[in-house]
Amino acid sequence: MTADNPALIIYVRGVNKTYAGGFQALKNINLDIKRGEIFALLGPNGAGKTTLISIICGIVNATSGTIVADGHDTVRDYRAARATIGLVPQELHTDSFESVWATIKFSRGLFGKAPNAAYLEKVLRNLSLWDKRDVKIMALSGGMKRRVLIAKALAHEPTILFLDEPSAGVDVELRHDMWRMVRELRAQGTTIILTTHYIEEAEDMADRIGVITKGELIVVEDKNVLMRKLGKKQLTLTLRQPMTSIPAGLSAWSLELTDDGHALVYSFDTQEDETGIAELLHTLSDHSIEFKDLRSSESSLEDIFVSLVHQPKEALE
Amino acid sequence: MNIYGIRAIYHFEMARTFRTLWESIAAPVLTTSLYFIVFGKAIGSRMGDIDSVSYGAFIIPGLVMLNLLNESISNASFGIYMPRWAGTIYELLSAPVSWVEVLIGYVGAAATKSVILGLLILGTARIFVPYEIAHPLWMISFLLLTAVTFSLFGFIIGLWADNFQKLQVVPMLIVTPLTFLGGAFYSINMLPPLWQKITLFNPVVYLISGFRWSFYGIADVHIAMSIGMTFGFLIICLTFVWWVFKTGYKIRN
Repeated sequence: MTADNPALIIYVRGVNKTYAGGFQALKNINLDIKRGEIFALLGPNGAGKTTLISIICGIVNATSGTIVADGHDTVRDYRAARATIGLVPQELHTDSFESVWATIKFSRGLFGKAPNAAYLEKVLRNLSLWDKRDVKIMALSGGMKRRVLIAKALAHEPTILFLDEPSAGVDVELRHDMWRMVRELRAQGTTIILTTHYIEEAEDMADRIGVITKGELIVVEDKNVLMRKLGKKQLTLTLRQPMTSIPAGLSAWSLELTDDGHALVYSFDTQEDETGIAELLHTLSDHSIEFKDLRSSESSLEDIFVSLVHQPKEALE
Repeated sequence: MNIYGIRAIYHFEMARTFRTLWESIAAPVLTTSLYFIVFGKAIGSRMGDIDSVSYGAFIIPGLVMLNLLNESISNASFGIYMPRWAGTIYELLSAPVSWVEVLIGYVGAAATKSVILGLLILGTARIFVPYEIAHPLWMISFLLLTAVTFSLFGFIIGLWADNFQKLQVVPMLIVTPLTFLGGAFYSINMLPPLWQKITLFNPVVYLISGFRWSFYGIADVHIAMSIGMTFGFLIICLTFVWWVFKTGYKIRN
């Protein structure tokens, strides 16, 4: 895809970042974000998620590479590019002595937008902050401060919203409110890029997933495709009589004996046409192995994520 | 030009000033009043005129300069250091504002505040000592030029400092001594010949001399020299800030 493709809202090519101490935080990142999608960027701590977001938003200079945001080069045409982006940072950086209203008014002005009290009121009401508009930020709870940061990021009506670990340290209610708001924003056409440690949230929210580890983007995939491709299913059979070892006749299946010999676990690939379950059950019956219960389970995005970041890069190619 | 952006920064900085109005204005005005009482009245009354200007009146331009330099530096350095310290600078860095707009906002607000303070001190001085201003337009020009130049210098200190102590070091250890030795309380003609030469390396001499000239028409160095040196310092500061923003030094790396 090329940078001028209207379906793309962010186009990242060959981005590298080496910090002054010599640490290479990002290695040749190439990434396309589609207009109107929710994209989740996953990766362990220190993988380079925040560095990548900071470079796209203009907070950190890239060592090399090109980034285009909504058709504007983020270096050459930084004004137009930055005007389209809103950022909710990971840390609760706020102006403690300012009131909620003053701080969001400041954000709107800073991003070059004419005052619009009605719009700002709507943003505050959506985030349940309207009653707190005259309160100094220092008097707010952590969750409320997070809402203020979201309001600041939305104050200039961005078309791209970055949420860097938005649910860290946030209670369940706010998390639900926030995800409801994210869905509403997406419905209005805003593209959302988020990083999160709660992988079930990414599983629930995202259209596509990118996994970054040690500065390299190792996977970018549609969430459902990723889950299908890399997901595993397991069938667990609880036995009537415990076993000490797996009978030789069952060696054709990759079986594991668990729970002190009380259960057999069969792992299979969801993409295979033949899962081998029917044959396994026949063979068990032929060997007079009886079971009292059976259940199947599917790997979560979290299992996939953990296996992805722990396997060597070659294995993914 | 992102006019709304400049306005947002300027208002934000001025609001910070007005929140701490009492501390911002009262302390320097009180300190200067003490100078006038002690040096202008008590000691000054026993001192002879300098170039036919009473000692009390002679020290006014120097005292205004002393405050102007310190206030400009501390306002501007604090203004940009605070968001760096609190982490809120992420917003400024991700905003569609150029370095010129950032400077106009921060330096403009810092200079506004120190000019207001300078005028307040001049007003306070009038209560203690009678004086006249020979060249009011030049006086205002010097006031503005010095406030802008030293706010810019303060902005640089705010970018360079990585702790609150460093913010204080330059004003306390460099600017205040240079001002005291820059002819705030004496004419450099009163110094021994060797020190008269050495003192010409002190940039503050040119600021105070020029400013005093705008009041009484007397100067230690030629007025053109004062204007030239002030502009020279302004250009050095501007070049440095341009380089900081171009390379991202300490802020974007």
